[in-house]
Amino acid sequence: MPAPRSEVLEIRASDDIVRVRQRVRTASVEVGLGLVDQTKIVTAASELARNTLDYGGGGTAAIEIIDDGGRRGVRIVFEDDGPGIPDISVAMRDGYTTGGGLGLGLSGARRLSNEFDIRSSPGAGTRVMIARWK
Amino acid sequence: MDRSGTMLFADLLGRAKTRIMADWSAELERANARVPGRVSTQELVAQGREVLELLQSAASSGDSDPTSAAYSRLRDLLAEMSRARAFQGFSPTETATFVFSLKKPVFDAFRTEPDLSPDAMSAGLWTATTLIDGLGLFTMEVFQKSREEVIIRQQREISELSTPVVKLWDGVLALPLIGTLDSERTQVVMENLLQSIVDHTAEIAIIDITGVPTVDTLVAQHLLKTVAAARLMGADCIISGIRPQIAQTMVHLGVELNVVSKATLADALALALQRIGRRVVSASPAPAVRASA
Repeated sequence: MPAPRSEVLEIRASDDIVRVRQRVRTASVEVGLGLVDQTKIVTAASELARNTLDYGGGGTAAIEIIDDGGRRGVRIVFEDDGPGIPDISVAMRDGYTTGGGLGLGLSGARRLSNEFDIRSSPGAGTRVMIARWK
Repeated sequence: MDRSGTMLFADLLGRAKTRIMADWSAELERANARVPGRVSTQELVAQGREVLELLQSAASSGDSDPTSAAYSRLRDLLAEMSRARAFQGFSPTETATFVFSLKKPVFDAFRTEPDLSPDAMSAGLWTATTLIDGLGLFTMEVFQKSREEVIIRQQREISELSTPVVKLWDGVLALPLIGTLDSERTQVVMENLLQSIVDHTAEIAIIDITGVPTVDTLVAQHLLKTVAAARLMGADCIISGIRPQIAQTMVHLGVELNVVSKATLADALALALQRIGRRVVSASPAPAVRASA
């Protein structure tokens, strides 16, 4: 199955997180990421997909193969209409959690990606973008 | 009107059965030619003949509701066929086409009936079409249910497949984990391990994650909780099979597994044996062989 250029997956249940991981892996194989980079971006996607589900109450993941003329990469945008994050700098801190997890998902995802962007405000949902280049 | 339509339909099936069957056979053959190999045309025609026979006797009861008792034998037959097709991997369209392809032969037979008033014709056709639709939908429902059964069975197989706790030595257990670890299944796996620790009075449990493709914070948390619970029960855990890419990812993620870990299950077993005061020695004079898993 050739991975499409861009694909939007719904995240509504924990099965969907597995699907996100599989599609991200397919996309990263297609752009030729090495095994370590594949594992990194898949793991980051797994963290963010779970955040989308657990904290955002479900949302979408848009997986896209990107190309800047020479280099290729994978970009994933997670969006939800959940309660949002009141203070992003606190949320990005290692070990900070409001849900009983390890508190490393968001900060870990940033360390596992080449590009990371988060936008959120209370009541307006959350949008997180990560990308990994070859 | 309903009853008379049904009787008309039953009469027609009785009178024109040979012709309808011949037409239907041709339809079935044509449909079957598109997907050759799975079921022979003779078999299809034989099934068709049986269906037609049961349909006629059911319709001659005057009942036009395919869910009623009069149609129970026909439904049983269709259910059996549909289930068989679901297991053989037929597509829903192929399965439904079997029933729906009866429409054209029946309509043709109605059209060429002599001395039928337009009202009677309309009543008969209406009954025929609702009946065949009803039976077709019933076929699909059974098909769908059978496919779901297959899926549920596979799910069960998978969850059983991935939860064995293996005894490697007296007091040494191994739990080889495979696949996704962030579902409720993980809970079951971990509980299994803790119960086995009690049952075998194990001192050491080796958790092997060679078959786990992704270790994220939730998986790590599950592992840590299990290790902590095992420790409270007096057993030490060793984690084995952390592949290089997963090790690097975990470091970037910031997860610290404060657990003894070994690269392979063999190394973990060697360590476990050492801890319980056993040694693997070679039977002389053969060359020394390390314990291998």
